[in-house]
Amino acid sequence: MTSAALRSRAWKLLEMVTTPLLPSDYLDLVSPLRAGADLRGRIEAVHPETPDAATIVIRPGRGWRGHTAGQYVRIGVDVDGVRLWRAYSLTSPTNRRDGRVTITVKAIPDGKVSNHLVRRAKPGTLIQLDQATGDFVLPQAKPAKVLYLTAGSGITPVMGMLRDTEFDDVVMVHCAPQPHDVIFRNELHDLAADKKLRLTEVHTATDGMLDIARLDELVPDWADRETWACGPAGLLDAAEKHWSEHGVPERLHTERFRSSIVAAGDGGEVTFSATGKRVDADGATPLLDVGEEAGVLMPSGCRMGICFGCVTPLKAGAVRDLRTGEITEAEPGVLIQTCVSAAAGPCDIER
Amino acid sequence: MTAIDPTAHLTAEQIEELGRELDAIRDEVIAGRGEKDAAYIRKVISAQRKLELVSRGVLLFSIFPPAWLIGTAGLSVAKIMDNMEIGHNILHGQWDWMRDPKIHSTTWEWDHVSPADQWKHSHNELHHTYTNVIGKDNDLGYGIMRVDEDQKWHPFHLGQPLWNFINACFFEYGIAAYDLELGKNLHKRRRKNPEFRARAKAVGRKIRKQVLKDYVIHPLLSGPSFLPTLAATFTANLVRNIWSHSVIMCGHFPEGVQVFERRSIKGETRGQWYLRQMMGSANISGSKAMHFMTGNLSHQIEHHLFPDLPSNRYAEVAVKVRALFEKYELEYVTGPLPKQVFSAWRKVFRLSLPNKKPKVKTPSREQELVAA
Ligand code: FES
Repeated sequence: MTSAALRSRAWKLLEMVTTPLLPSDYLDLVSPLRAGADLRGRIEAVHPETPDAATIVIRPGRGWRGHTAGQYVRIGVDVDGVRLWRAYSLTSPTNRRDGRVTITVKAIPDGKVSNHLVRRAKPGTLIQLDQATGDFVLPQAKPAKVLYLTAGSGITPVMGMLRDTEFDDVVMVHCAPQPHDVIFRNELHDLAADKKLRLTEVHTATDGMLDIARLDELVPDWADRETWACGPAGLLDAAEKHWSEHGVPERLHTERFRSSIVAAGDGGEVTFSATGKRVDADGATPLLDVGEEAGVLMPSGCRMGICFGCVTPLKAGAVRDLRTGEITEAEPGVLIQTCVSAAAGPCDIER
Repeated sequence: MTAIDPTAHLTAEQIEELGRELDAIRDEVIAGRGEKDAAYIRKVISAQRKLELVSRGVLLFSIFPPAWLIGTAGLSVAKIMDNMEIGHNILHGQWDWMRDPKIHSTTWEWDHVSPADQWKHSHNELHHTYTNVIGKDNDLGYGIMRVDEDQKWHPFHLGQPLWNFINACFFEYGIAAYDLELGKNLHKRRRKNPEFRARAKAVGRKIRKQVLKDYVIHPLLSGPSFLPTLAATFTANLVRNIWSHSVIMCGHFPEGVQVFERRSIKGETRGQWYLRQMMGSANISGSKAMHFMTGNLSHQIEHHLFPDLPSNRYAEVAVKVRALFEKYELEYVTGPLPKQVFSAWRKVFRLSLPNKKPKVKTPSREQELVAA
């Protein structure tokens, strides 16, 4: 018997020993980061960067496959007991010796996860991880000249690139309200002092928003540079337009942080994605009724919110709990009780 | 259906007001749910797993009597924790709000021969929706017992103390049969129903796994302690079964608990539904440890009002609920475990015999409400 077959036999036997749980349920107690476990990470340190940004040092589990500079990772953090998932750019170089990775998080107003990570996260806490992903990355072949155009926390993926790969000729234009809002400021200035980077800071609180036409003056040869841009949508839209108008759109690589802000309203179009049905729903009719009315096979039970026989994934949009008025927004893994939830705007129910 | 309707003094408006006050209690707990609660259930789960591991480890040496005793006691407690504070409550969706897929009503499986999804249907959906409604809530006597004077007596009921005892010893199998609606489904025609067969198969699979684990694999792993380990797991299952049966009997059987007629729940309002839960359930008083070991089903009244609130909150909710009972002059049925168990058993014995005196027909609540 091959060793793989032997191992799978042994695992089967172990499963019999631990039924109805799995062996991993017990192993997780002692070794949550082991190979073969669901991918998790442990927060090992939190370093403040600016008054509202911090770098989180994470030791990923053994199943972590590494990342490419510029990529992001989705993490699941328990905030007030509720697991929430968000994506953050990796800011550590890919060859860090100690195997740890870092993300750098800027607390955004009302951001549950970002505020938690910046202000309350404690070393030792376990978080859930996905593998790194994203195609805002450097090419295999080194470009001769590079421009990084960033604003606010848009600097985070670029910092991952800067720390990872050195280029001969790198220019960075970075926008932030004031000098003390510039994340990684010391490190950037050190790089500039070592002539590894030509840095222009635009302080939008005093200088105003960056007018993309000013690039001609700030970086006269911008059109010759392979450019990576990351920041608010306004900046990226302007950049894309500018690069196209000058006939060099292929030189520009952008990364947009998708904000998951859903406007919670009253009713909306409900999509039942598994059956492909779409119907308009008001803000008072339970989605269970909406679905049944539309001929969708909906699981149900008590129809009054007590049996949890109607829970269904919410793929997109937002719903309102008809009992408490509480709004639930779609996130991976979010299930709702359709008998006591109504559409709070357009939403997608996986049925 | 008792001689005197204990809620007769309440007006329809009062009942709705009561419902609103209960909703407010619920909202308050929901708004305050958080990190501490999540930490609580995680701690309980991890403690249960460690206790089970250690106990089974000790049982490997159960050929030595002290090891047998410690291992058996530990395993009994671990199984009780798994079924009561953890399994029952997670399967109620009490912890779904954490969005942890590992501690979720849709994924949890428990140390019990009834598969979680079947139990959820018969328990969460039927029992909790139709609490104590004769003919709709089969938890009342599990279909094998007479639990109210108004139910017709049959000579079969003479044996009900014995049926109840046997059911207590093999409670998990009783529940599995009950979740399958075995009595009804064994009729020739129904037996062939593919849906029933699929469910029966699932139960069969679960039984096989459970039996294999408890009575074959673990004893085999114990080598020379094979027989003592076998006896230990059997004992632990017995202890767990009798314990959960007793706790659950205390929830709806003791004297003072009301049962309802089918037609009384027609067009029931939210307030009336709440009121039925209040009058149809009974608590067990006792220490923190007692509440924990019953999976907080000692707070049966609160659990029936709010089956999806985290169990660790029932104690604080109970204070407010009890105040409402007083305010509305309703009887809050509670008492220490021995008293409640005795009371429930007495009823089982009493109703095994036909009613003593011809019963006087009294108006039901519905009729009175109409008259009022
Ligand atoms: S149908 Fe029972 S909770 Fe929705």
